Amino acid sequence: MKGAPRWAVAAPYLAFFLLPFAWLVLTSLWPDAELARPLPSHLTLENYEAALSGGGLARALLNSLVVGGATTLLSLGLAAPAAFAIARLEFPGRRLLLAGALAISMFPPIATASPLYVLLRAVRLLDTLPGLVLPYASFSLPLALWLLTSTFRELPAELYRAARVDGATPWLAFRRVLLPLAAPGVGTSALLVFVFAWNELLYAITFVTTPARRTVPVALALFAGEFRDPWVVLAAAAAVATVPVVAIAVVFQRRVIAGLTAGAVKG
Amino acid sequence: MTGESERRQGLLLAAPATAALALVAVGPVLATAWLSLRRKILVFGEDRFIGLANYRALAGDARFWNALWNTAYFTAVAVALELLLALPLALALHRAGRGRSALRASVLLPWMLPTVVAAKLWALLLQPDFGVLARLAPGAPAAILASPALALHAAILVDVWKTTPFVALVLLAGLQAIPEDLARAARVDGASALRIFRSITLPLLRPAIVLALLFRSLDAFRVFDAVFVLTEGGPGHTTEPLSLYAYKTLLRAGSFGLGSAISLVTFLCVLALGLAWLRALAVRHGREALR
Repeated sequence: MKGAPRWAVAAPYLAFFLLPFAWLVLTSLWPDAELARPLPSHLTLENYEAALSGGGLARALLNSLVVGGATTLLSLGLAAPAAFAIARLEFPGRRLLLAGALAISMFPPIATASPLYVLLRAVRLLDTLPGLVLPYASFSLPLALWLLTSTFRELPAELYRAARVDGATPWLAFRRVLLPLAAPGVGTSALLVFVFAWNELLYAITFVTTPARRTVPVALALFAGEFRDPWVVLAAAAAVATVPVVAIAVVFQRRVIAGLTAGAVKG
Repeated sequence: MTGESERRQGLLLAAPATAALALVAVGPVLATAWLSLRRKILVFGEDRFIGLANYRALAGDARFWNALWNTAYFTAVAVALELLLALPLALALHRAGRGRSALRASVLLPWMLPTVVAAKLWALLLQPDFGVLARLAPGAPAAILASPALALHAAILVDVWKTTPFVALVLLAGLQAIPEDLARAARVDGASALRIFRSITLPLLRPAIVLALLFRSLDAFRVFDAVFVLTEGGPGHTTEPLSLYAYKTLLRAGSFGLGSAISLVTFLCVLALGLAWLRALAVRHGREALR
C-alpha cells in the first residue's frame, strides 16, 4: 500500500509542472497557418528550421555553450583548491570565507551591475564573451565552493594524512589523491554551474549589446520584439534552449538534487 | 611540524577564490555605494560627487516607491504560495515508493529551465487569441499581460511554477533528516497521522522551512527575468520591480549614479531580509535548545 495513495497528491503537481511544458513542445510542432484551429491536423519541424535558420539563435547557442563551458572551468578551477584547503588545511579565515561566500551568493546581481559595467568598459571586455565569463565564474563560485567543501569533508581524513606521511606536499595530496576521488562532487558542481551560466539573463543583457554575441536567454527574451516572429517559431526556439538543461535534469537528477539540497541539510 | 606549512598552503590555495569574490562581488557592492553618491553619465563623460541627492530624488519618485511595492508584493505572494504548494508535494515525494525517481526528475524540470523560457512559456499559455487559457475558457479576461492589475500576478505564476520544486526538494531533504523511529513510536502509541504531522514532522521540519523561506525570499526579491520577458515592466511602469527599474536607469537612461542608488537600495533590502530570517532561524534554534 505504500506509495499508492501518494500518487493522488503527486498527480496534480505533475500536471501543473509538465503540461505547460508539453504545450510549449506541441506549439513548436504546430503549423503556423493552423494556429487558430483547436488542434493541428499534422505536426511539422518547419518551426525549428525557421528558428535555427535565422542565424541568431544558432549563434546564441554556440555563445552560450562557450560561456557556460568557460565559466564552469574557471569557477571549478578557483573553487576546488580553495574547497580542499577549507576542508583539510587549518588556516585562519576559512570559516569566514565559507560564510562570506554564502552571503555573496545572496547578493542581488543588480547591486554589482553598474561598477562591473564601468570596470569591464575600462579593461575593454564590455560586449565580449570573456566579459561575461568573469562575473559568471565569481557568482557561481559560492555554490561550487560549498558543494566541493562538503565533498572533500566527506572523503576520509586518513587519506590525506597517509599521503602526507608518504611525503606528498598538501598540493600533491590534493592533485593526485583527493581530487580524483572527489570527481562525483566535481561533476555535480560542474552541472549546476553550467546551468546557472546557461540561464543567466541580467548580466548578459547588460554587458553584451552586439547581436552576434548574445547568449540564449538574451536572444530568446528579445525574440518577438525584434523579428516579429510567429509564436510557433518562438516556441521552437524556446524548446531548443531547454535541450541541455532538460538532458541534465533527466540524466543527472539524483546528483543535481543531492547537490542542490546539500547546503540546505547542513545549514 | 607541518602546521605552519599547511597554514601557508591553505592561504595560498584559497587566495584565488577569495580574490575573485572580493574583486567581482564585494568590491562592486562598495563601488555601487560610492557611485550612488555621484552624478555619472557615461556618454556625456559627466562624473561628479553630489552627496545624497540621488536618494533624495528617489524619496520623491513615485516610480521608485511603486517598484519597491511591486518587488515586496511579488516576493511575499510568490514565496507564500510556493511554501504552501511545496509542503504536500514534499510529503508525497518522501512517501512515494515506486516511480519516485521519475517523479523527482519531472519535478526538477521547471526549476532547471531558464527563467526566460518559463516566462515565454506562460506568455504563450496566456496569449489572448490562441493560448491555452483562451481556448479552455473563452470568457476569461483576454489580455492578462496588458492589465495593470493582473500582469504582476502572471509573473508570480511563473515564479511559483518554476521554483515550487526547489522549495519541495529543500523540504524533502528536511523530511529525510527526521528519524523514522519517532513517527513509528508515536504510531505504536496510537497517534493519528494528522497528530504525528503536527506534533513531530512540522516542528522538526521548521529549520528546513525557514531555510527555504530565506533562500527563496532573497532570490524572489531580485526578480528581473520573468517581468522583463512578460511585460518589460508595463503597462506603463505598473509591474516594474526594483531590479528592472535600476536596469533601465543604468542602461537605457545611462544614469549610473541614480541607477546605482536604486541598486544599493535593493541590496540593503535583501540584506535586511536575510538578517531577519537568520534571526528567526537562530531564535527558533535557541527556543528548541531551551525545551
